[in-house]
Amino acid sequence: MSSHTPDPLPDAAVPPPGQTGVVGPTTSDEPGQPDGGRRILHEMLSSSWLVSLLAIVLALILGGLLIAAADPEVQAAATYFFSRPMDTISAAWTAVSEAYAALFAGAIYDPRAETFARAIRPLTETLTVATPLILAGLGLGIGFRAGLFNIGAQGQIILGGIFAGYIGFAFHLPPGLHLLLCVIGAALGGALWAGIAGVLKARTGAHEVIVTIMLNNIAVYLVAYLLSLDAFQRPGSNNPVSPPIPDSAAYPLLLGSGYRLHAGFLVALLAAWFTWWLMERSTIGFRWRAVGSNPHAARTAGISVNSAYVWVMLTAGAFAGLAGSAQVLGTERVLTAGVAASYGFDAITVALLGRSKPLGTVFAGILFGALRAGGVVMQARTGTPIDIVLVVQSLIVLFIAAPPLVRAVFRLPSPDTPRAPKPVVPVAAKEVSA
Amino acid sequence: MKLELQGITKTFGSLVANDHIDLVVEPGEIHALLGENGAGKSTLMNVLYGLYDPDDGRILVDDVPVTFAGPGDAMGAGIGMVHQHFMLVPVFTVAENVVLGHEPVRGGGLIDLPEARRRVKEISDRFGFHVDPDAYIEDLPVGVQQRVEIIKALSRQAKVLILDEPTAVLTPQETDELIAIMRQLKESGTSIVFITHKLREVRAVADRITVIRRGKVVGTAEPSSSETELASLMVGRSVELGVARSEAVPGEVTVQVRHLTVIDEAGVRQIDDVSFDVARGEIVAIAGVQGNGQTELTEVMLGLQAPVAGSVQLDGVELVGRPVRDVLNAGLGFVPEDRSTDGVIADFSIAENLILDLHRYEPFARGVALRPAAVRENAEKRIAEFDVRTGSIDAHASTLSGGNQQKVVLAREMSRPLRLLIASQPTRGLDVGSIEFVHSRIVQERDNGTPVIIVSTELDEVLALADRILVMYRGRIVGDVPGGTDRDVLGLMMAGVPLDDAVRQAAEHHTTLGELDLEVDAPEAPPTPGTAPTTFPQEEL
Repeated sequence: MSSHTPDPLPDAAVPPPGQTGVVGPTTSDEPGQPDGGRRILHEMLSSSWLVSLLAIVLALILGGLLIAAADPEVQAAATYFFSRPMDTISAAWTAVSEAYAALFAGAIYDPRAETFARAIRPLTETLTVATPLILAGLGLGIGFRAGLFNIGAQGQIILGGIFAGYIGFAFHLPPGLHLLLCVIGAALGGALWAGIAGVLKARTGAHEVIVTIMLNNIAVYLVAYLLSLDAFQRPGSNNPVSPPIPDSAAYPLLLGSGYRLHAGFLVALLAAWFTWWLMERSTIGFRWRAVGSNPHAARTAGISVNSAYVWVMLTAGAFAGLAGSAQVLGTERVLTAGVAASYGFDAITVALLGRSKPLGTVFAGILFGALRAGGVVMQARTGTPIDIVLVVQSLIVLFIAAPPLVRAVFRLPSPDTPRAPKPVVPVAAKEVSA
Repeated sequence: MKLELQGITKTFGSLVANDHIDLVVEPGEIHALLGENGAGKSTLMNVLYGLYDPDDGRILVDDVPVTFAGPGDAMGAGIGMVHQHFMLVPVFTVAENVVLGHEPVRGGGLIDLPEARRRVKEISDRFGFHVDPDAYIEDLPVGVQQRVEIIKALSRQAKVLILDEPTAVLTPQETDELIAIMRQLKESGTSIVFITHKLREVRAVADRITVIRRGKVVGTAEPSSSETELASLMVGRSVELGVARSEAVPGEVTVQVRHLTVIDEAGVRQIDDVSFDVARGEIVAIAGVQGNGQTELTEVMLGLQAPVAGSVQLDGVELVGRPVRDVLNAGLGFVPEDRSTDGVIADFSIAENLILDLHRYEPFARGVALRPAAVRENAEKRIAEFDVRTGSIDAHASTLSGGNQQKVVLAREMSRPLRLLIASQPTRGLDVGSIEFVHSRIVQERDNGTPVIIVSTELDEVLALADRILVMYRGRIVGDVPGGTDRDVLGLMMAGVPLDDAVRQAAEHHTTLGELDLEVDAPEAPPTPGTAPTTFPQEEL
């Protein structure tokens, strides 16, 4: 197993293996019908919190097995397993507990640090990493609840980053206003990119999964191309890097210069609250949820499904664009080709783990931020490859996608205990209206 | 073959679907299993067919206890089943479907198709089924597909044939043919278990009737019992069959449909130059076999699909070309034919389902903000008014029975002032109690002066509600007749026979069910003293 740094990932355009499993079954679906993809999505969103929690536990257990298997001392002890099995077991225990202890120290609180300020630094790192995940995850969650499997957060983050970055370094404006314009620009950029998929779906029935994946690719090359132009490239540099973002356009740091945590995190929390209001308390969210749960009934009740698709994509894109702004205006303070890292794909996982609900997405985003931040420390301190973290993330999604598997492992009863067989209604030759 | 079920019990969680059910099917008898939807009929048959393991009780074939691990065992023991939804492969031929799973093979594992054809032909000829072994299933009418299912069962030496709601999808004439087939099978010694909730058919064909209610056998009856007696037994209280309603007092014509034509993507005329009027205060029923353009007609009127030509006017305002929302706002109340797909959103709460089309207006919204208090208040009021049986207005619609879901749809559609009510299959799959309720609400709406259009494939319903009947066949209206027209005439028109011919043919030959109608219309004779056709072995509290 190689041990490269996670950020940016070697190829941001290709989803990590964990995500491909989710994408696969939906690509064959026809749009607009209560199809397989919609059903799978629905199942993933409706399984219980307990299942999510157990999926995380299960993934960590399997991750532990991998850590043990990859550990040289465990491997050495395993060669004489049958004469002294306890050696292997204790070596494995040591490897796993040290790795996970390092993960914790890197993600939440480092007991080895000299000062309290340093000890809690990992937690702020976790929140910093979590910010774009939460923002993009909220947008994706809105889409999921409206029945749209938007895989395009990656591209939308990039576009948000481009807009935020350009407005940031190309103009000189008073602080506050400058930041505000950058943030609005980022939201518009992401919305524009996602809106393409929304309009195509509404007008032509093009499946959003395919369109957004393709738009991801286009966005990756678009940012690379832009960074080769004089207008975007840092003067005097041959690298594809933009000029730095001036202070007037940057998210202020929340805890001073010792920490990277910036106001983008507050934007994420605000966005989470707004998402809750939008989906639960507004007529707009009511329509979107109706379209997501049953487009036929929604249409029959006079709700325009196509216009919902467009607006949902615009909103989801705006959130992803804000995620891009968090990177460019906060964490990185510069626009690079790797602006989106793998956040767009990880955000899919975050949204699914969070059941597409705002609070869940916030927690899931923080969990993934913790895994990411802690993984780096784990690798540095114990030599455990950070790839394990990716495997754990992927396993979490895999288990959430298969709730019956998790329930079987933990001997949980099925939530929908079969009732009497549903009264079957004769629906001979039911025509589906176009 | 004698089939006996003793003390069959099957529970799902806390729900007792079958509670110590005893049933004896004698050789060569047609045994009707009568009960409402959800009474446990299908569960019982699935136990018998090896699809469910019973929790208790046993099955005896010719007095020998047997256990079935799956349908294969049941078939091996001579039990065949024709499901309500046919289990046929549409792109296979009749012969291929019949042998599917039991393919005769010759040298090297090739399917012996000539042998398959021979089997189909042999059974088809023996019972006069007139089924072409080489026809593709997708090209066959529903009635013939059903015969293929029966051939499939018989080809596996079924001695007991279970028919699950076999007439749900048939025209009266097809039903008549099925009844003839059932009698023929009986002659040849095959026993039939006939599962249904239709009283008329039970009386026409059954030798013995077992009534199931809430998972229990509540009585046995003779076919000579009256429909009211059977219904009361089935429901557990006395019921009025038929709707009490006054004569219609048609007012001015406010609904005008002119030359409506819809051509689908395949170029088929789904609706072909349809014109009709509906007046205030009358119920017009559109009768027809499923798939003859009724669905398209209602969807065009709602604005879900666009017609190729024609116009629909309500109160002088053109509806064609306007979005669904405008049409609803013009005063159209719409009860869709498939409530689970188009009527309710399963994972929305009852309260939310009750405002699906009204959520953006006062008092449920102020600006873009929903007003949960108003939504709840409305829900409390509606479920009380429409007698929706639920624990909570926050429960998901999916937790409701079909009848209660339909009440939610009706409550929603009738919660605003209507200028036209269109209800498709308003009582499909509902229990007797809910049917009574739905019918009375529809009549009430008519009496308020609303024009009402009912689309129904159930002649019983059409006859119960209609002041005027339009019969649709292949997208055309083939007849415009007054309510109460002879069942056989309607049935023939539903098969495309023009009115005059239909009247003549019906006079020459009455179907079994039509004859029962005549009987019912005749003054009912008082029950003969000394005979007790109905027995009540156990009465529920």
